[in-house]
Amino acid sequence: MSRIGALIARETTLAWGRGGGPLVAVGFYAGVATFLPLAIGPEPERLRAIAPGAAWVALALASLLSLERMFERDYEDGALDLLALSPTPLEITCLIKCVGQWLATGAPLALAAPIAAIALGASPSLAPMIFACALMGGIAFSFMGGIGAALSLGARRGGLLTAVIVLPLFVPPVIFGGGALDAFANGLPWTSGFAFLGAYAASAVALGPLAMAAACRNALS
Amino acid sequence: MISQLVIKDAAIRRGGRLLFEGVSLDLAAGEACALTGPNGSGKTSLLRAVAGLVRLEAGEIGFGGVDPGDARGGAIHLQGHADGLKAAHTAREELTFWTVWGGGAEAAVREAARDLELTGLLDLEVRRLSAGQRRRLALARLVAAPRALWLLDEPLSPLDARWRDGFAAIMRRHLDGGGLIVAAMHDPLPVATRSLELTA
Repeated sequence: MSRIGALIARETTLAWGRGGGPLVAVGFYAGVATFLPLAIGPEPERLRAIAPGAAWVALALASLLSLERMFERDYEDGALDLLALSPTPLEITCLIKCVGQWLATGAPLALAAPIAAIALGASPSLAPMIFACALMGGIAFSFMGGIGAALSLGARRGGLLTAVIVLPLFVPPVIFGGGALDAFANGLPWTSGFAFLGAYAASAVALGPLAMAAACRNALS
Repeated sequence: MISQLVIKDAAIRRGGRLLFEGVSLDLAAGEACALTGPNGSGKTSLLRAVAGLVRLEAGEIGFGGVDPGDARGGAIHLQGHADGLKAAHTAREELTFWTVWGGGAEAAVREAARDLELTGLLDLEVRRLSAGQRRRLALARLVAAPRALWLLDEPLSPLDARWRDGFAAIMRRHLDGGGLIVAAMHDPLPVATRSLELTA
């Protein structure tokens, strides 16, 4: 097995088991989606109007759940030192960690998102669009979330700090994705919002690992 | 392959405090150096500086003509206080991963496990191992993935008397094969040919 292959397998297993992995993320997501009608009122008209947006916000929150553990375990048990002493650049290692995180939370959440939105009353014809947005948004959430997780390394109560660092970085995908969904639902041009979401995810993939690796080096030194 | 470690006039500052300055060392292939000094004198920091994880305040560290990036990427093993093992994984999974990550062959895992008498423990989760067994598992990756320079931070502390001898034999074999060892120690290092004392 190659070094990179071994790392991908390891990171995915670790992310799958981290903080309950996909089950907890999807369970939390389902919980938030169930709470909304209780708080807002069960009128189908009102729920239908907010369904795609609510599903999207819940998605951003559910993505936060296991983020703090992404680097912290490796930092505490010394594995991050060993990961740094390798011909594989730390940037690539961070990138693979984010892919593992996305496979364990982003991808299962993307599957759950259309179901939650439909349960809240969104039209089933929106499902493919919600799935596509959630898939793309999940990539942005994982990579931007990784930056927050790496920056809060070594801090006490790092999880709260991670959330505070990361939430502003989650704002653009929430705006672009929510806007695209809203436009799509109302038959308006939606491609620009979707394209912005894709561009944001792409830049998160490109720049996130650089920031994460720098933050990790700083924490290790 | 590194055949030399040269530390020249190194100084390290941590949190505004100068740990040491003017520390020099010239270590050739086959030599081991025991790093001694009181708690807080900077032994761990010096090891981490050689590994490139901690920046030097002054001085330089060279690997005998090998590019430092290449040396740190492929020729250094660091064994710190923490073993870098995941409690929920089996010993086999951890040893295999770190062997592959360190550039060793998967086939070497079994041999290293036999060397450190871990064969019967490989299917246990790391959390079920004792501190000494865990340390042996961590040290097995040094044997399984050959790298020239071993940086060891108190490697013997959780080991029993028999394994202190056992690991001394493994270190001797590494030195005979042209390896280098720098170890932070409070007890005498059984294979030391050199020693470097850090004073606070």
